[in-house]
Amino acid sequence: MPSREITYREAVREAMNMAMREDERVHLLGEDVGVYGGAFGVSRGMLEEFGPQRVIDTPLSEAGFTGTAIGGALVGLRPIVEIQFSDFITHCMDQLVNQAAKIRYMFGGKASVPLVLRTPGGAGTGAAAQHSQSLEAWFIHVPGLKVLMPSTPADAKGMLLAALDDPNPVIFYEHKLLYNTKGDVPEERYTVPIGSANVSRAGRDVTFVAAGLVHNFALEAAEQLAAEGIEAEVVDLRSLSPMDTGTVRTSIEKTGRLVVVEEDVKSGGWGAELVARVCESDSFYYLDRAPARVAGLDVPIPYNKSLERFIRPSPEKVVDATHALLDRTLGRYG
Amino acid sequence: MTAAERDRELLNRMYLIRAFDEKVNELFGEGKLHGTAHFYVGQEAVAVGAIDALGERDLITSTHRGHGHAIAFGLDIDRMAAELLGRASGYCGGKGGSMHIADVDLGMLGANGIVGGSLALACGAVWGYGRLGQNDRVVISFFGDGGAQEGLFHESVNLAALWKLPVIFLCENNQYAMSLPVGNGVAGSVAGRAEGYGIPGHTVDGMDLEAVRDTVEKAREHALGGEGPVLIEALTYRYLGHSKSDAQRYRTREEVDEWRAQDAIERFAEKLRKRKAVRARDLTSLREDAYARVDEAFARAEAEPEPNPESALEDIYA
Repeated sequence: MPSREITYREAVREAMNMAMREDERVHLLGEDVGVYGGAFGVSRGMLEEFGPQRVIDTPLSEAGFTGTAIGGALVGLRPIVEIQFSDFITHCMDQLVNQAAKIRYMFGGKASVPLVLRTPGGAGTGAAAQHSQSLEAWFIHVPGLKVLMPSTPADAKGMLLAALDDPNPVIFYEHKLLYNTKGDVPEERYTVPIGSANVSRAGRDVTFVAAGLVHNFALEAAEQLAAEGIEAEVVDLRSLSPMDTGTVRTSIEKTGRLVVVEEDVKSGGWGAELVARVCESDSFYYLDRAPARVAGLDVPIPYNKSLERFIRPSPEKVVDATHALLDRTLGRYG
Repeated sequence: MTAAERDRELLNRMYLIRAFDEKVNELFGEGKLHGTAHFYVGQEAVAVGAIDALGERDLITSTHRGHGHAIAFGLDIDRMAAELLGRASGYCGGKGGSMHIADVDLGMLGANGIVGGSLALACGAVWGYGRLGQNDRVVISFFGDGGAQEGLFHESVNLAALWKLPVIFLCENNQYAMSLPVGNGVAGSVAGRAEGYGIPGHTVDGMDLEAVRDTVEKAREHALGGEGPVLIEALTYRYLGHSKSDAQRYRTREEVDEWRAQDAIERFAEKLRKRKAVRARDLTSLREDAYARVDEAFARAEAEPEPNPESALEDIYA
């Protein structure tokens, strides 16, 4: 496949443009997605190509326009909703959790809601506690929703196209600090299957499982550790729900050690679910250390740079956690 | 269908709704139904009058108090009864129960357990059909005085007005949101809010089927003419409790009797009698047939098989 280097932002836009060109049922709705081009510039140029009937500047009504998109999806449209900051999803929780996720089930399988909700999450921009959260774990707790979190431009394009092909409501997490990152992206149309993790780096000593921006932290940490002779295998989970525990288990059965790298707060995070699934499975017996989690500390995201740095995960924290894990004194079966 | 036949059918629908929800109340009393249900008894003229004003391709969204809307819209009471009894042959295969009865293909986009939760779905349905080239459909968004207290009411009316969506927002003000009197929950009036959104607002006697129908007919013409939504507040009353477990400590028997004295079914029947569209004995048989039909629906449903427990794991994802 011929490819070229483009940004994550361009990859998301390219997927939307492709879908909108090939399928008139696809529409984009959100705050400032039209002439402004989206708060992070993702939809720049789309209004000009598709017009205001398909690239729609909504009123500031997250519940209202998300619900409207759900109603449209119910009768056959394929709407993409952009929520400007993922924190604002709190406004539309009823529409997502009680309506979109459950309509099919409540109606006995006689309806579907092919909705894609895109939203940038995550910290690191000095935007403080209401514009920096990582709340994605909430949605893996809701059967009926799918939750994606691609970390590379190529996955962003392929997974967004997969989400748009999917007949279910999909929450698609982007990250403000990924938008400018670059990577090779095939020019043609392709999809990355939902629910498939990707082994992005091979290694034998420890498995890092990460998703979104902090997957880059895991890769950086792996490079630093390689200089010391510690080879980390990195699994980019990509899809939080469904969660590809099979790929994770294969990796830890090889390495015997697991470090989860996640940006959301540790308590009740998706890493907790992953660790629980591993420990409930036979892969538990392959672990020769207790699993570790490098996550956000259990605090709101503070404004000050050094405070924010202090509470967020980082490549250094992944390195430190790995050292701690490997240095840990074993118990009486050691 | 002659005008007289149509009127008899409207009366029949009202009797069916009343019979259905009285039966549901009775079955709860006998411990034969589980879960909960909300009764439409008293409000029949709103659903039947409003839906009679719709065309074949029009849509509705409903509420937790949805049996009346479903029956008025023409849903099958056998399958409704089966759903209430949790049977596999019910509308939702026993997964939804009273609050989630829907027939999306027919245009009944679902009862809804969340107060005010369906208003934006109504907007989206006509927006969606409009974008698919079907601009000939209007939707009635049924909600209550409780729903009008939720934020989504305002977001939906605002959005529908901005986008000129063909939505008839029909508030059934039945005087209480569970126990809360409307005066303690709605400042001003529901219909009065239309002015702020720059759309027509009407208040109508919800115990008068023809008044409801006329108001909705005009609203439908307005909406189909590309003029956008209309907000209608129908003043009505529920005779029974909010749901099956309601001691009704918030209102008096006298108040209930006052509303029952202007009963919508009696009033419509009296009109038809005066017009000689029905005779007294037709009324009796219409009424009795409706009650018998409902008894038959529940008897049939009872004989239907329960769903396979493992079907609980199906229909989560398409």
